[in-house]
Amino acid sequence: MAKYLMLKHYRGAPAARNDVPMSEWTPDEVTAHMQYMNDFAHRLVETGEFVASQALAPEGAWVQYGGEGKPPVTDGPFAETKDLIAGWMIIDVDTYDRAVELAGELSAAPGAGGRPLHEWLELRRFYDDVPGSDA
Amino acid sequence: MDSDLIRTLGPQVLTILLGRGADFAAAEDAVQEALVEAFVGWPDRPPRDPKAWLVTVAWRKFLDATRSEAARRRREETTAAEPVAGDVVDADESLTLYFLCAHPSLSPSSAVALTLRAVGGLTTRQIADAYLVPEATMAQRISRAKKTVSGERLTVPGDVATVLRTLYLVFNEGYSGDVDLAAEAIRLTRGLSEAVDHPEVAGLLALMLLHHARRPARTGPDGDLVPLAEQDRARWDTALIAEGVRVLQNALARDRLGEYQAQAAIAALHADAQTVEETDWVQIVEWYDELVALADTPVVRLNRAVAVGEADGPRAGLAALSDLDPSLPRYAAVEAHLRERDDDLAAAARLYVEAADRARDVAERNHLIKQAARIRERIQSRAWPPRD
Repeated sequence: MAKYLMLKHYRGAPAARNDVPMSEWTPDEVTAHMQYMNDFAHRLVETGEFVASQALAPEGAWVQYGGEGKPPVTDGPFAETKDLIAGWMIIDVDTYDRAVELAGELSAAPGAGGRPLHEWLELRRFYDDVPGSDA
Repeated sequence: MDSDLIRTLGPQVLTILLGRGADFAAAEDAVQEALVEAFVGWPDRPPRDPKAWLVTVAWRKFLDATRSEAARRRREETTAAEPVAGDVVDADESLTLYFLCAHPSLSPSSAVALTLRAVGGLTTRQIADAYLVPEATMAQRISRAKKTVSGERLTVPGDVATVLRTLYLVFNEGYSGDVDLAAEAIRLTRGLSEAVDHPEVAGLLALMLLHHARRPARTGPDGDLVPLAEQDRARWDTALIAEGVRVLQNALARDRLGEYQAQAAIAALHADAQTVEETDWVQIVEWYDELVALADTPVVRLNRAVAVGEADGPRAGLAALSDLDPSLPRYAAVEAHLRERDDDLAAAARLYVEAADRARDVAERNHLIKQAARIRERIQSRAWPPRD
């Protein structure tokens, strides 16, 4: 088993094919999308492949050490240019192919018009835990 | 063994040890050890007086732990005198702990953790689960809190307001492991209200009961947020509402108004309406005016603007809003609602999107995005009226 992180992006990923922002969907389309995501997570719980997931607020900031005795530096809450993560899900699967398959399913979540989003998800493998452990 | 009994007795025994001058951290360890011993031994040999038994054992554990000549002397003296059965004044005991756990030197999160542990008798794991943090993290938080209050004198009367704030923090925690923190906060506030004679304690209890009564109707089947106006009022817990109103009336009758009583009065007026249209918004605005006089915070003024919008129309609500800082949480959502009622749909749609971007949880964000979508549908149906 290996763990993978699936990242959804607000910005920074290539454009989705069905690229209508959520704020322009109908209420039913929003509901259908959420339902799909919930069902997807529940199904992975059933198969024992779900580890954790969390949505992130759209506002983020870069923060940096500000120097001796000074407060940390931030770029402010409304930075416009950077990549932004909308949420993540961690899965624990047998093979890389299975991880890709699941990411593909998640990318098919319905969007505007009830059609699949075809959004790009970033898939990253976790390094194994402690070398020599058989976890 | 009955875990409810442990949760009740643990804090009482702890307070007795503290009253005898034990250090908080050492006393807590000793009580935990005594409880473990009880858990193992009681099923076979139940004591006649569980509390006296626990006090005796915990006190010995404490003395053992101190491992000093002085401690040994005190142990011998104490052993000769023990056990003093029952009949200690429970009220005073629990009070000491309440005030200790809401000590002003503790950060709010430490105060909450320590109160749940020492007054509520919850285990570290239960508290960690309720706050969705690892058990080791919560153990550290509690241990730091204990260090902070160790050596504090327990005879000084504490600040009721700090205790109430801590209990309200517990109540407002949304997460739940196997412990329902809202129910736990109500249980603790009930305990406090029996021990201390203060209308604000009753005010907070009433407020919690009234909010809690509406909880079954607050979320839809998918965890969606259901706003007050759209809630199925048949799902409100009428028995809790009745109790909340009764507690509130007794508190108000004593004519020492405070912010929790005022908030509970507003909650009671909402609970009193059979339908949203029957809500007495004029009286709610009057209570918000009382609340502003007692505790003038931007959040109170924001909520007041909502009430003014309902009582006197959206323009009046927007005027009340205009004095406030637009970066306040929920400001955009409130303005969007008022703009919609004022028939400024384009602004309302834009503001709902803005509010969704600033939402604090997924349920709130989804709710606001759907509001934006609903308004855009209204705009489109106006631009292209459907033919019949």
